[in-house]
Amino acid sequence: MDFLFITQQSLSAAIGVNTIIFALAAIGLNMHFGYTGLLNFGQAGFLAVGAYSVAVAVVSFDISLWIALLIGIGNSIILALLLGIPTLRLRADYLAIVTIAAGEIIRQVARSATFNDTLGGSDGITGKFGKEFFDLNPFTEGLDLPFLRYTPNDLWVVIVGWIVVAFILILMWLLVNSPWGRLLKAIREDEDAVRSLGKNVYLYKIQSLIAGGVIGSIGGFVYALSRQSVQPDNYGTALTFFAYTVLILGGAARVMAPIAGAIIFWFLLVFVEQLLRQAVSAGYIPEWLIGVNQVGQIRFMLVGLGLMLLMIFRPQGIFGDRKELALDARA
Amino acid sequence: MPAHSSRFKEQALAAFASVTPTPGVAKPDPIIVADKVTRKFGGLTAVNVDHVEIQRGSITALIGPNGAGKTTFFNLITGFDSVNEGSWTLNGEQIVGTPPHKVARKGMVRTFQLTKALYRLSVLDNMRLAATGQRGESFIRGLFPFIWRRQESAITAQAEELLTRFQLIDKKSDFAAALSGGQRKLLEMARALMVKPEIVMLDEPMAGVNPALKQSLLGHIKDLRDEGMTVLFVEHDMDMVRDISDWVIVMAEGKIVAEGTPESVMGNQAVIDAYLGAHHDLSLDEGPR
Ligand SMILES: Nc1ncnc2c1ncn2[C@@H]1O[C@H](COP(=O)(O)OP(=O)(O)OP(=O)(O)O)[C@@H](O)[C@H]1O
Ligand SMILES: [Mg+2]
Repeated sequence: MDFLFITQQSLSAAIGVNTIIFALAAIGLNMHFGYTGLLNFGQAGFLAVGAYSVAVAVVSFDISLWIALLIGIGNSIILALLLGIPTLRLRADYLAIVTIAAGEIIRQVARSATFNDTLGGSDGITGKFGKEFFDLNPFTEGLDLPFLRYTPNDLWVVIVGWIVVAFILILMWLLVNSPWGRLLKAIREDEDAVRSLGKNVYLYKIQSLIAGGVIGSIGGFVYALSRQSVQPDNYGTALTFFAYTVLILGGAARVMAPIAGAIIFWFLLVFVEQLLRQAVSAGYIPEWLIGVNQVGQIRFMLVGLGLMLLMIFRPQGIFGDRKELALDARA
Repeated sequence: MPAHSSRFKEQALAAFASVTPTPGVAKPDPIIVADKVTRKFGGLTAVNVDHVEIQRGSITALIGPNGAGKTTFFNLITGFDSVNEGSWTLNGEQIVGTPPHKVARKGMVRTFQLTKALYRLSVLDNMRLAATGQRGESFIRGLFPFIWRRQESAITAQAEELLTRFQLIDKKSDFAAALSGGQRKLLEMARALMVKPEIVMLDEPMAGVNPALKQSLLGHIKDLRDEGMTVLFVEHDMDMVRDISDWVIVMAEGKIVAEGTPESVMGNQAVIDAYLGAHHDLSLDEGPR
């Protein structure tokens, strides 16, 4: 077994492109769920809108990538308004139902044959739509350290990605520690109390939905650019639930939680996969028990088990405060 | 008169001197005037108020047996529930159909019978939240602390002063969830005052508050009136009603069945009937608590 390789793969994943994508998706959910108490089960839809906006604008309409990014942000704002305006006046569960449906509708529309010409159907869109971004890449060689390994393009995505994440986290920190953030937290606790004090709850819920949705769509940009391709089935409900996993793992309503959660999630996923793969091919695990082709599924089972244990012994997540979590029970 | 009698109490009582104690009677200077307010839940008419006026600058108690419709009436006029029919004005302005946050901004702030403390916010944040006109409440300006920091300190000072008055200052850094039931009632009332309302509507503010603190709270409520605020409160504790209210309105089965000074109302046959049913052999003074 090549432990150096396992470590290299796991660490590269832990701070890699996927971690950035899931961290961004979870930061958005943290705004929605962690701070405002909004149950958005359609975060994948926001990532899809971000990713497709870029790919479609550049590939099908020949628009500059930089403008495409702005279009993506505009589209995610429109999506947030479409979801929020009819539902945020209603009870909390309505948003959950509508968002889960909207996320699926977006995916189904993207993969439908009707829009094959522009959205690429079930194959999605593959093309050099990230060219303008990668043209700026100063790295001609990738990174090849014993513990870390990236191709030149991945290295560029990772560096720019973490800068973007850091910038968003700073904004997030400023926001949640402002009177604006205090209002969101108050809404999470009891909307009617906030209304009785003269605050327009509806307006703030929409602002929160937009802010978290835009952050999610930036995750979609990273998803699309890093792969130079968008595929509809990458934006299914699983993406949303993994993003929730990442958030809860780190501890909801903590600014840094999505980062810790995403790092742990991807480290575990890749570590378990590589370990299993090597153990199977080296014959430590008999073929009749786990075949090479089953490793992909088994890793999710094992990671799921690990997450369950973590939640049992540390339900508040990495950064959470157990006392605060207990208050949920409305002591 | 008891020892707490004050110039303001006398002023308030003087205003009622010319008012005949009959249900729906007009007041010299009403802040709220409601007409034909009806709310039905299925077959049940929870509120059916023909006419009622609340005198400005006074402490008015709204009493009545359980299920009389007091809370529902609060919910209606503060915009938390919608009427089947009826209309009411605040300071002469029609506010039927106005959403609750706008009602609060117009100066009418209510508390809830089932306390609504914001559990995972600190006691101090519960208070600061309520301050009006905060610059940092806008998304963009919230990002720049230098825009709102000075205002925030002023708000904090104001909040701490109120917390001291309500004996919660030692708890200011605790989560509101860590407060006892009575302390949450206090917090909710103090928080409502952060809005600087013209009229506060308190739904059973004393439920679960210990007697010693109750006395000091009664003092605070009188202070509110003495500062020119109008207080409308629901309460089952007759001693308290007698002690602080200038005027008492009695509801039963959704209707206003009696009005008057505390003394006159307590002896009113309609009130005794409402509380005890037509057959009874108790007087209200030793009656339900
Ligand atoms: N949401 C609702 N749905 C159905 N019925 C309701 C609802 N709210 C109140 N009621 C009914 O309306 C009537 C008045 O209730 P309300 O809460 O206003 O009484 P109350 O005077 O505040 O009583 P208490 O002193 O016990 O607080 C009751 O009979 C109650 O059952
Ligand atoms: Mg009630």
